[in-house]
Amino acid sequence: MKAKTKYVPVPSTTILPERDAGRAPVLECVKLGITLGGIKAVEDFNLTVGRTEIVGLIGPNGAGKTTVFNLLTKVYQPTTGTILLNGQDTHGMDTRQVNKAGIARTFQNIRLFRNLSVIDNVKTAMNNEMHYNMLSTILRLPDYRREEVAAHRRALKLLSIFDMQHMADAPAGSLPYGAQRRLEIVRALATNPSLLLLDEPAAGMNPSETADLMDNIRKVHEMFQIAIVLIEHDMSLVMNICEGICVLNFGHVIAKGTPDEIQNNPAVIEAYLGRKKEA
Amino acid sequence: MTMRRLINLKRAEARKIYLTYAVVIVAYIVCQVMSSTKFLSSSMRGMLVPICAYMVMAVSLNLVVGILGELSLGHAGFMSVGAFSGVATAILLQGVIPFAPVRLAIAMIVAAIFAAFAGFIIGIPVLRLKGDYLAIVTLAFGEIIKSILNNFYMGIDSQGIQMSMLSDTTRLLPGGKLIIRGPMGISGIQKIATFPAGAILLIIALMIVFNLVNSRSGRAFMAIRDDRIAAESIGLDITKYKMMAFVMSAALAGAAGALFAMNYSTIVANKFDFNTSILILVFVVLGGQGNMLGGIIAAAVLTILPEKLRSFSEYRMLLYAIVLIVMMLATNNAEIKEFLSRLNPFRRKEA
Repeated sequence: MKAKTKYVPVPSTTILPERDAGRAPVLECVKLGITLGGIKAVEDFNLTVGRTEIVGLIGPNGAGKTTVFNLLTKVYQPTTGTILLNGQDTHGMDTRQVNKAGIARTFQNIRLFRNLSVIDNVKTAMNNEMHYNMLSTILRLPDYRREEVAAHRRALKLLSIFDMQHMADAPAGSLPYGAQRRLEIVRALATNPSLLLLDEPAAGMNPSETADLMDNIRKVHEMFQIAIVLIEHDMSLVMNICEGICVLNFGHVIAKGTPDEIQNNPAVIEAYLGRKKEA
Repeated sequence: MTMRRLINLKRAEARKIYLTYAVVIVAYIVCQVMSSTKFLSSSMRGMLVPICAYMVMAVSLNLVVGILGELSLGHAGFMSVGAFSGVATAILLQGVIPFAPVRLAIAMIVAAIFAAFAGFIIGIPVLRLKGDYLAIVTLAFGEIIKSILNNFYMGIDSQGIQMSMLSDTTRLLPGGKLIIRGPMGISGIQKIATFPAGAILLIIALMIVFNLVNSRSGRAFMAIRDDRIAAESIGLDITKYKMMAFVMSAALAGAAGALFAMNYSTIVANKFDFNTSILILVFVVLGGQGNMLGGIIAAAVLTILPEKLRSFSEYRMLLYAIVLIVMMLATNNAEIKEFLSRLNPFRRKEA
C-alpha cells in the first residue's frame, strides 16, 4: 500500500456555503477518473464538498453518477486522480477502511440485511464501535450486556428520527418499500459518517413520500451536521434541498453551481432536453 | 419504555432458544431413564453417543451453512482431526489421569484446538472464494485431511512422541507403543465416551452457537450472508468474520469427533469421508438452515432410521431415501409447519 500523503490545503476554486468557509472540506476529488472495459466511465471529475454541505449529483441515465459513488467508496479503485477525505488521501483503502474514515452510503437498489430485524440492521452497522471480545460473547460477561444495551438504545434513538422505532423487531425484508429506503439511511448513519452518500433516495416514491423524505434529509443534516451528497432524478427534491449541484453527462462534469444557476445553464438543458433544431 | 422494549425483545429472541434447550434436556432425561430401565435395546444404547456427536456436528455445520451462508462439504475432515488428536491425547494421558471423565474432557478440548487450527489453515485459502467454488474446495480439503491421516504414523516411547508420514519409520524403542498406525488408524481405544458427556457437549455447543449468533459477531455473520456488499459498506471485516465462524465451527466439529471416536474401540480415517460430510449437510438442510433444533432432530432421526430399517434388509436404503424425501416435503409444507408451531409451548400468544 502506498503511504498516505497528508493533504496540504490549497485554495479551493469551488464556492462552499458561507457557514463552511474557513473549514477544511470534508471531501475533495481531484481529476478522478476510471476506465471500465475500455470506456472512460468517469473522467476528470473534480468536486469539493463543504463540511456541512448538501450536494446534488444529477445527470441523465448512464452519466456515471453511481460510478462516482462506487469510486468514493472504493467499490472500484480509481484509475486516475485523488480522493481526499477529511484531508486524508484514501489511496489504497478498501470499502471497509473508507467507511471507517467517514463515508457511509445507501444503494440504488436497496441492499438491506433482509433476514435480520430492523434494529439488528442498525446494530450491525455499529459493530466497529463495540469492543467486547469472543470470551464475553460466549460467557455473556458484563461488558457484553453493557455494550449491547447501549447499542440497542442508540439504535432505537436513530430509528425514532425516521419514526421507525415501532418496527424494530420486524424482519427488514418485510418492510414496505419506503421504510426500507429509510432504514438504509438509518443504517448508514449508525456508522457515524462525516459524509453521507444517498443513491436515488426518492426512487419509486410518490410525491407525499418524497416530501417526507425531504424533511427527513433536512432533519438528519441539522441533527448530525454532516455533509450529504445525493444522486436523484426527482428535480423538485434536488432543487429544494441541495445547496450545490454537479451535473454529469457521459462521465464528464458539464456544470456546477447553485440550483438557480443549474436551472438556467444551457449545457444542462441540452443534456436533458436535447438541442433545439436549427431552423 | 426503552428498557421494557429491550426485555420484550430479549424474550422474543430467547423463546426459540429455550425451546431447543428444553427439548434436548427432556430427550436426554427420557433416554437416560429408558436406558437404565433396560427399555432401550442394546443396539439403541450403543447409538446414543454417536447420535450426540452427530447432533453437535449438525449444530457446528449450521453455523457455517445456516448463519454464515457458505456451503462447506468437508466438515467430516475436521471431525477426523478431532477424533485422531482427541483419542491420541486420551491414550497419552491414560497413565497420568486415571479418572475417565476428566481425560475425556481434556481430550475433547485438545481435539477442538487441533481442529480449530486445521480450520484456520484451511480457511486462509478457502475463504477467499465464494459460493460453489468454496464448496468444491472444502470438499477437496476434506479428502486431503483423510489422505494425510491415512498415511500418518505416531508412536510414543521413553524418548517422547515420534511421528512419520507414508510409512512407519518411527523406530520405537522396546516398550514404546505405536498409537496412530496409518490406514489401520487407532485401535484398542478405551471407550470412555458416555451418553451424559455427549449431552453436556451438545448443551455447550448450543450455548456457544446461540450466544455467538446473538452478538455483534453473529449479526456480522448474518449480514455477510444477506448482503456482502452492504456489509462491506458499513465497515465489516468480511474475512475476519468468515474466519471466526469457520474456526469456531471446526473446533466444535473436532470436539464431536473426539466424542464419536471414543465410543468405538477402533477408529480409521476412512470413516470420515465425503459421505459423512454429506450426511451432516443433510441434517442441516433437512432441519432448516439456521435452525439448530431442526438440525438436532434430523441428526437423531437419520441416525436411528437405518438401524430401524434393518429388518427390510436389501430394501433398507431405498426406504431410507423415500423417508428422506417425504420428510423434506413435509417440513416444507405450510400447514404442517403451522401445526408444528402450534405445538411450541413457548410460542407467543397471538392477539
